[in-house]
Amino acid sequence: MKRIGQPILKADHISLSFGGVKALADISLEIRAHEILAIIGPNGAGKTSMLNVINGFYHPQEGTITWKGATRRRMRPHQAAEQGIARTFQNVALFRGMTTLDNIMTGRLLRMNRNFLWQALHWGPALKEELAHRAFAERIIDFLEIQAIRKIPVGQLPYGLQKRVELGRALAMEPELLLLDEPMAGMNVEEKEDMSRFVLDVNDEFGTTIALIEHDMGVVMDISDRVVVLDYGRKIADGPPEVVRTDRDVIDAYLGVPHEG
Amino acid sequence: MAVAQTEGASPAALQPGPALDTFPKLLLDRARRHGDRPAMREKELGIWQSWSWAAAAREVEDFATGLAGLGFRRGDKLGIAGDNRPRLYWAMTAAQCLGGVPVPVYQDSVAAEMEFVLAHAEVRFILAEDQEQVDKLLSIRERLPLLEAIVYDDPRGMRHYAYPFLHAFDAVQERGRRFAAANPDFLAGEIAKGKGADLAIMVYTSGTTGQPKGVMLTFDNVIIMARSAIASEGLREDDEVLAYLPMAWVGDHVFSFAQSYCAGFCVSCPESGATVMIDLKELGPTYFFAPPRIWENILTQVMIRMEDAAWLKRELFRYFLGVARRAGSRILGKETVPLKDRLLYAIGDVLVYGPLRNALGMSRIRLAYTAGEAIGPDIFTFYRSLGVNIKQLYGMTECSVFLCIQPDGAVKPDAVGTPVPGVEIKIAENGEVLYRSPGVFAGYYKNLAATAEAKRPDGWVHSGDAGFLGADGHLRIVDRAKDVGKLKDGTLFAPKFIENKLKFFPWIKEAVAFGAERAFAAALINVDADAVRNWAERAGITYGSYQELAGLEPVYDLVADCVDQVNRDLASEPHLAGSQIRRFLILHKELDADDGELTRTRKVRRAFIAERFAPLVDALYSGAMSAQIDSEVTFEDGRTGRLKAELKIRDAKPMPAPAPAAQPAA
Repeated sequence: MKRIGQPILKADHISLSFGGVKALADISLEIRAHEILAIIGPNGAGKTSMLNVINGFYHPQEGTITWKGATRRRMRPHQAAEQGIARTFQNVALFRGMTTLDNIMTGRLLRMNRNFLWQALHWGPALKEELAHRAFAERIIDFLEIQAIRKIPVGQLPYGLQKRVELGRALAMEPELLLLDEPMAGMNVEEKEDMSRFVLDVNDEFGTTIALIEHDMGVVMDISDRVVVLDYGRKIADGPPEVVRTDRDVIDAYLGVPHEG
Repeated sequence: MAVAQTEGASPAALQPGPALDTFPKLLLDRARRHGDRPAMREKELGIWQSWSWAAAAREVEDFATGLAGLGFRRGDKLGIAGDNRPRLYWAMTAAQCLGGVPVPVYQDSVAAEMEFVLAHAEVRFILAEDQEQVDKLLSIRERLPLLEAIVYDDPRGMRHYAYPFLHAFDAVQERGRRFAAANPDFLAGEIAKGKGADLAIMVYTSGTTGQPKGVMLTFDNVIIMARSAIASEGLREDDEVLAYLPMAWVGDHVFSFAQSYCAGFCVSCPESGATVMIDLKELGPTYFFAPPRIWENILTQVMIRMEDAAWLKRELFRYFLGVARRAGSRILGKETVPLKDRLLYAIGDVLVYGPLRNALGMSRIRLAYTAGEAIGPDIFTFYRSLGVNIKQLYGMTECSVFLCIQPDGAVKPDAVGTPVPGVEIKIAENGEVLYRSPGVFAGYYKNLAATAEAKRPDGWVHSGDAGFLGADGHLRIVDRAKDVGKLKDGTLFAPKFIENKLKFFPWIKEAVAFGAERAFAAALINVDADAVRNWAERAGITYGSYQELAGLEPVYDLVADCVDQVNRDLASEPHLAGSQIRRFLILHKELDADDGELTRTRKVRRAFIAERFAPLVDALYSGAMSAQIDSEVTFEDGRTGRLKAELKIRDAKPMPAPAPAAQPAA
């Protein structure tokens, strides 16, 4: 039923350090078209650093990223965004004073062709363009079932809904690859179930490739096609969830058992 | 025996013309004569989409022929499961076009509940709104051997559902267009075969006891009653309605479907269940209905928001709410009001009432109903005093909704109004409300015993409610018939009626009336701590605890005035004059759900209280002037303790019946 394809993103031998701290050590991983990849690991394992490298927020000292056939050391965030990589953040990073709708509309900015003078005029081609983008934003609002909060400033929303709005803004970019940094952190069970369903639906309806960081092992095992495990900046496992969950190294890393011999 | 019937439209005028006796015929007529006028709206992707009557007729025709193509035959039932959506309403008419019967089910019921209704109704075809409903149906499909096809409206998430019996709504309509091209006269012929006496719909009553019963209503039932209410309430083609209550509830079927077809007004469907309040504000309906719970919730939200408002706003609100209480509902009822109040009310309308109505989406309401259960008089009066014409409606599924409506200009908070034209009301010996009406149902589906119990050979239907007709011709509902008792001398005793009247006063929080099989009626009363404390402070009365406060002479005086007023009200109703309160006492503690004295929904548990406070009840009937009680209380942290008290008992004066010329107390 699911059509997982060829790798669309390859990270080769990535190493990243901040001063003396080695955040990532020689990590190679690939993300395949249409899959849901979970990146897990204990705190400080380098998960968020890895996402930041992928979307160009951090520049690794060594290694390359191959995305859409182009191999480069340094990806810039706006390049990544223009080329179809969208992300959400561990701490919600929305414009708190703006409404849900406006926040989602900001996700359309890169796809707007008219410059800000035209947009300020709000007339003719600029108006037509805005209407088209608004229609797209409305499809996302419908998809995420957030019609009731369309016009509410996001700062007034409960945390679980803010997370959903953030997902909406990322979806507004029509990404090919969606990076989700702890999309379910701080949510109750019901909110987690909702979010899991949306992640699966995004993947299913739009074919979007998803790489996510998550701590809730139940969620990870349920929704991901493949799991990559990081520990102290190294990759210690990579495979289907049912294989990874029985992996000795992974169990040790999570339980903190000292290595023997 | 009193029989009430409202003068006015003669039964002959209520008969539908021979040509327009079914909903499909009404629809075609609307499409022909008023094809451009809006029939339905739905908010979709943030924009209100409309369908004219002509467009709606095309949608219905395509779906009807599509259903015929799937094998839907005369007499088949079409299950309908989902939120209020235009396509779900159209499907009802489509089934009726083919001589079938729509059976709406509650969309939030769990699969097992749905299974009972769908199996009992022998449903062969179902229209489900979305994946959620389809999943429920798939889980019970094996236990529904008659089920042949499931049609779904919203395709989201269902791309991988490959079942031969699952059809998309669009695909069924497409099939219908092909079918119609091959059989151009088919549908017109089927519609022409329908007649008023045919079954229009089957509605399952929620059934607080036992399994739900399928109420069969004919086109004549629904259409005659819908038209009668349209005529007497003055509904028009340009009215606006928001359809947001469950489609499986008969009220929605009448207000959002039948009356729309008969009067021609437009029905709008909200974007989703969560957006109802937003959509209400955008739409500004002119005709609105809600159960008491919703009216109450809206009021609570307003009060909370006003608490948080700036002081100027809060003070303005408080002041003008006082003006509205004094003058508002009397102005709405076209009574005489002093000029000063009229002026103040006009200012208040600009500053407070108008903006508030607008914020609630009630600016344009000409007519609003509350029905289903008794509404608190405070809540009811609040809306009326703001200028919202909310009225109580009394009826049930078995009579096609309408029995009584409070008439404009004569709205009495304690009565449910006068019979709708065409309805006759009679009170049985035991106080039960009986009725005869063109809306009386054909019977319960496959349940002859229950049908025979409700529909008696003499033509009167037993409602199960106890009530009485006042001297003013207004029906007052007292209680469920089974809860109503009699005093020793045979006088009617309706505990809930008396308790509700007592609770009408701000000083009284709860009341428990006793009297069944006793010589007279007596009451245990709970004073409202906040209200009475506030009053005591202003009156300069000092006290320590709640218990002390409740035992103070001035507090007894305060409550005695309330009891006198209730007795005066009871005296003005010949049926209940004998059940005036003769003795009462004020309880030393607040009745509490933690102590089992109230249900979690704050209804008094009369039997439990009678047992727990037996010494008090005995004292009320012994002639003693005080009583001792030693009872167990549960504190909020779960610990228990004992509370001893000596409580005073007061005698109350029975009131004489008012002289015939005197104004009956409202």
